[in-house]
Amino acid sequence: MWKFFHQLASPPHFYRLAATLAPWLLAPGVALIAYGVYAGLFLAPMDYQQGDAFRIIYVHVPSAYLSVMAYMIMAISGGIGLIWRMKLAHAVAAAAAPLGAAFTFLALVTGSIWGRPMWGTWWEWGDPRLTSELILLFLYFGYMALRGAIDDTAKADKASAVLALVGVVNVVIVHFSVEWWSSLHQGQTLLKKGGPAMDPGMLYPLLAMIFGFTLLFGSFLLRRVRTEVLYRERRTRWVREMILSPEGS
Amino acid sequence: MNDSHDQQPDIFSGLWATAKRDLLLAWKRPGDVLNPLFFFAMVCTLFPLAVGPSAEQLEFSGPGVLWVAALLATLLSLNSLFLGDFEDGSLDQMLVSPQPLPVLALGKTLAHWLTSGLPLVFVSPILAITYRMPWSVVPIMMVTLMLGTISLSLLGSIGAALTVGLHRGTALLSLLILPLAMPVLLLGANTVSLAAGNDIYTTGIWALGAYAIASLSLAPYATAAALRISNE
Repeated sequence: MWKFFHQLASPPHFYRLAATLAPWLLAPGVALIAYGVYAGLFLAPMDYQQGDAFRIIYVHVPSAYLSVMAYMIMAISGGIGLIWRMKLAHAVAAAAAPLGAAFTFLALVTGSIWGRPMWGTWWEWGDPRLTSELILLFLYFGYMALRGAIDDTAKADKASAVLALVGVVNVVIVHFSVEWWSSLHQGQTLLKKGGPAMDPGMLYPLLAMIFGFTLLFGSFLLRRVRTEVLYRERRTRWVREMILSPEGS
Repeated sequence: MNDSHDQQPDIFSGLWATAKRDLLLAWKRPGDVLNPLFFFAMVCTLFPLAVGPSAEQLEFSGPGVLWVAALLATLLSLNSLFLGDFEDGSLDQMLVSPQPLPVLALGKTLAHWLTSGLPLVFVSPILAITYRMPWSVVPIMMVTLMLGTISLSLLGSIGAALTVGLHRGTALLSLLILPLAMPVLLLGANTVSLAAGNDIYTTGIWALGAYAIASLSLAPYATAAALRISNE
């Protein structure tokens, strides 16, 4: 058991493991998304209140969930890197940040597009989740800016890990304070989550999309970590031997 | 503070020594303290010029404007929190000193708050009156600013410690700190607005106090960790 973890932490081993694992995540991910898109757009019944506009949740909900998920991955692996001085964990954190920011952006854009027909406005400051999500995007920007500003990789890793961990505490506080704030304003009557019970015809495509997006994210993350590992280890012998070996990559 | 068991001075002597030194430095260079205050006053002047001087509008936007201006003024002074010590090598001395680093960082943050946050609290009533804030609300605004700037100084010290060795620090520091500072702004400004609207505002004060206590107990450790990382 421990041997497995020790091997996992070794960059060359992880590099090879990620290469074999990535396609196995990608294929079912793409299949699930293909089913989710078809079923969500063509098979799922229309919402009795929202009409066809509700169908954007098939992109919006998985993106919003992954935007938080990616931040947690980033902060936890940053913490692991700080505490156990595991270099690979820092590589994971570095690779997760742009993906998380992309999903946050996607969640904001799809939310905004959905808001236009539903609330009659592209942006609604009164909605706590929109505001929290925007602040999350800014946290990602700060994290990536700090990484970019420090030339020394080891230093950038540790500094950004501290920032990510401070950010985790803050994400929770942001959530509650924004909720308190928006409760001061007029309550959102339209914003009840799509009714108490969801039609199975709507729910299954959504679940497929959530799992599909997660697998896709996992696959992208592994690919990004591979690139990150390769770049960080560019001066080591195993990378040179691998590049020079007849099989290549 | 002269107990000398094993020549290990107690932790408060380190805290006071650091804070006293920074206060003395600020006393010798009053410009560093006054500039953020002028900045605060000027930002508060910008808004009526931009959105118009109508009384209802000023009354309505006053708490928010004062709070945004206070946040920006605090940010302005944060950049230099560890910079001088970093350049002249005092920071290295702090890192190797037997005193716990979080305590020294807290001492510096305390001095920062006394020279930036606290003056803002005392200047704010003058500006609040120009925004036609009722007299009964002014003390509440001062309490929120007092609690809020404590949190802002402590949060800012983390950002200042993370960016201390970097030469393009100012914009980066704002980028790091502003998202973290948003809850404080939200609680502070809205508490004042509630008080101005004769609404129940105590929740906001308690929340701000809780935030200040939480950051007082956690932020020095993050700042110390960041200082060690920045000075490897």
